[in-house]
Amino acid sequence: MNAAERYLTLSAGELRLELDELYAGYSACLDEERFEEWPEFFTEPCLYKIVPRENFERGLPLATWLCESKGYLLDRVTAIRKTAVYAPRYMRRMVSGIRVIGWTDAVLEVRANYLALETLQDELTRVFNTGQYRDKLVVDGGKLKFREKICIFDSLLVPNSLIYPL
Amino acid sequence: MGARRVWPKEGITRIPYWIYSDPEIYAREQERVFCGPSWSYVALDAELPRAGDFKRTFIGEKPVVVVRDKDGSVNVVENRCAHRGVQFCQRHLGNASEFMCPYHQWTYDLKGNLIGVPFRRGVKKQGGMPADFDPKNHGLRKLEVARRHGVIFASFARHMQPLEDYFGPAMLALYDRVFDGRELTLLGYSRQLVPANWKLMFENIKDPYHASLLHVFLVSFGLFRADQPSKVEMDSTGRHGALISWRGEQKRTDDNADMKSLIDNFELSDAALLDPVREFSEYTVVMTTLWPNLIIQQQSNTLAMRQLITRGPDQFELAWTFFGYADDDEAMTRRRLRQANLMGPAGFVSIDDSEVMKFSQRGVGAYPDSAGVMEMGGRGWKDEPHMVTESVIRAFYDYYRQVMEL
Repeated sequence: MNAAERYLTLSAGELRLELDELYAGYSACLDEERFEEWPEFFTEPCLYKIVPRENFERGLPLATWLCESKGYLLDRVTAIRKTAVYAPRYMRRMVSGIRVIGWTDAVLEVRANYLALETLQDELTRVFNTGQYRDKLVVDGGKLKFREKICIFDSLLVPNSLIYPL
Repeated sequence: MGARRVWPKEGITRIPYWIYSDPEIYAREQERVFCGPSWSYVALDAELPRAGDFKRTFIGEKPVVVVRDKDGSVNVVENRCAHRGVQFCQRHLGNASEFMCPYHQWTYDLKGNLIGVPFRRGVKKQGGMPADFDPKNHGLRKLEVARRHGVIFASFARHMQPLEDYFGPAMLALYDRVFDGRELTLLGYSRQLVPANWKLMFENIKDPYHASLLHVFLVSFGLFRADQPSKVEMDSTGRHGALISWRGEQKRTDDNADMKSLIDNFELSDAALLDPVREFSEYTVVMTTLWPNLIIQQQSNTLAMRQLITRGPDQFELAWTFFGYADDDEAMTRRRLRQANLMGPAGFVSIDDSEVMKFSQRGVGAYPDSAGVMEMGGRGWKDEPHMVTESVIRAFYDYYRQVMEL
């Protein structure tokens, strides 16, 4: 039995534990600013988007942040590390309500709520962004990875700048 | 305000910092700049394709509703019930056959005429409005409206000059370059709350000096650089301006040695992110600022309206409406959406600006009695065939001072 088949045979509880682990690891990677490792959570090709809920609900295609490959993800990391000018900050991501929608042709569809808290110097911690992850995962190299991760955010009015991934 | 605030004697080469934080200045701006004789951007026709489609937006901080009438014309009315002042429309976009205030259900047609007042004649012969109450005198306040090639502007002032005269020939030519009469298509919105005075946004887009220095991303990819062929243009009043450039070679030369931020041989991991095709005549980038609330962005193939909505002296909302043309093919639409990564609240380029505007506000807000120096490229203002100049900012403040009587 290969890794992909193993995932298909997992019980709901076992799959749940796997997903908890994956989402905790994803958040920790970003919270701890290990951005160089972030693309490794994705397959090649992949789709990563941060989309205002109003665009999503109206069927408007514009994303606030669009990556269509691991290369795109890396370019964002380069911007964070080398080109972008921004004030120092911490961000912490809370993921809850991870919900399995189901398998379709070896693609696992998962939804979850997320909350990103931002802490800037001289300012109190604030809710920076909240919304829903709509994810599609596949087994890649023996592990579940994101083929698609769409962050649909309720917080339409972005507090100044969105610099780190969600 | 009176004599408390006096502009520095050096004139437009000095920008006093109290203009970014003084509540009295802000109140005067609302009255003279946003409610004065100016055409404010409010919407694209593409946002309101059908009769009854409406958009809720703001001019300065005043809420207005833009609505498509049954005959295809566009009305702009104050989003304020004529009865008790309730902001009756709460949705960004929608469709309505009439507007009803939720408080006492006063109802207006799409032109803003009052068509219904519950219990106007009283109940059981008691109460009601006075017999001489005439609904014709109690409609929503209507603004003047001007449209050109798919874009809608409105004004609180009466007897406004035609939009074309308001732009002037140079700005009109740049405007018509993007809005050439082709039908536009809406790609989507981004909104951000920038903790800075609204004028800092205009200064930023009127300032080609910073673009070659702050924006490592732009500079390294040759999207906007001081050594590229470029120019700045203004209208005859100085209130509108444009930064224009052509794409150049990416390499280090004597001319760009001062650009410490330039990263040589910088390559994208995924080149598809920036795959610009030549689309418009002559220029690669034209950033146009139109008094008092609009920036028209044409950076390669990414097109957007950036609308400034003031939220007090120390913050503003920047409402981005990205668009393309109805005749774009799929590849062009995809290109526009990819290049949109440069702009907006998460833009490879515009992050630098929103962050620096906040740093600016933190500095100027704390030192209202100091002043900035604006002498790059001279002390007056005129069109220049280069971008090493603050001419466009000086022009803006020349006009601003007249309007504000400062």
